[in-house]
Amino acid sequence: MKLPPEQQADLVDLGFMDARAKLLDIAAFLDRVERHDQEDDYRVKDLYKMLSNLNDSGAERVKNILIGLSDPSTEPIAKAHTKGAAGAYDPEAVL
Amino acid sequence: MRYIEPHAHMVSRTTDDYLKLATAGCAAISEPAFWAGYDRSSEQGFYDYFCHLTGFEPSRAAQFGIKHYTWMCINPKEAEDMALADAVLDLIPEFLAKPTVLGIGEIGLNKNSRNELDILEKHIQLAEDHDQLILVHTPHLEDKLKGTLLIIDALKNHAKIDPCRVIIDHVEEHTVTPVLDAGFWAGMTLYPESKLTAQRAIDIIECYGNEQIWMNCACDWGVSDPLAVPKAALEMKRRGHSPERVHQVVFENPKAFMSQCDKFGV
Repeated sequence: MKLPPEQQADLVDLGFMDARAKLLDIAAFLDRVERHDQEDDYRVKDLYKMLSNLNDSGAERVKNILIGLSDPSTEPIAKAHTKGAAGAYDPEAVL
Repeated sequence: MRYIEPHAHMVSRTTDDYLKLATAGCAAISEPAFWAGYDRSSEQGFYDYFCHLTGFEPSRAAQFGIKHYTWMCINPKEAEDMALADAVLDLIPEFLAKPTVLGIGEIGLNKNSRNELDILEKHIQLAEDHDQLILVHTPHLEDKLKGTLLIIDALKNHAKIDPCRVIIDHVEEHTVTPVLDAGFWAGMTLYPESKLTAQRAIDIIECYGNEQIWMNCACDWGVSDPLAVPKAALEMKRRGHSPERVHQVVFENPKAFMSQCDKFGV
């Protein structure tokens, strides 16, 4: 659904500063975990992997990052051992 | 602006939040049954919770001129205790007759376990047996994609369940397509961190259209914003969407879905 040009707002004006701030937050987070030697965490490793999606074209960056951070299995697990989720898939988690 | 908040857990919010919602133009709230943040120790705890949802909470909302509706279930987070879950399922039919109960929800999966799936199946059967609308919770974060696909399969196994009478909530960019393609309604939850931002939700509307889709705040006892829907409406306006389209998404769409239950009125 594309809006007619006369209705379309300047999306860069609306969103650039917000996107810039979030990009700097990601960089600061990675600097922080590196300074404190916590880069081996599987979540940080996944975050590094997902960053490559930002250079893609095709306007499916978000979808591809979400898929990349998802559990790729398809069968139900035997039993839930926790109620929470971590935001990245840990292949070594007890299922 | 008049709008409907179709998913909010008001039992865990203050009266100040009701005041904010009313001031922002909220005409009606629907509140699915959910996890309390801890496992309840008996079915009696659920009975009391269901009494709260169908008695006290509508009267609290009415003080602010807001209509309050609700949904009945045991949340998938409490599905591993199968005996308790079965006992709670036995309580639900009594509450389905209450004047503000719209259906079964929010049912679904959390960690995508076999027991969760078993209890989900029983909820779907209950909805089928009692001709109820269904509101579905999809799992969080890394569990969402797998869980959403398992839920869609479980629903499709029930030939008598009309997809138009089911809303699958908490969709994101990687799950919205299978939900809409199968004919279900899609709910988008606006959370500061763990689900959709207003900007991403409007992106989804721009990519997939504004049919069979709603937005909600799902405010509860966690990090959440009861005013997330009117803020997303503002984002739509800033981008240039017409007042009619905004009204369609934040008022007419939830009204259309929930009006399939003749108890709903706004």
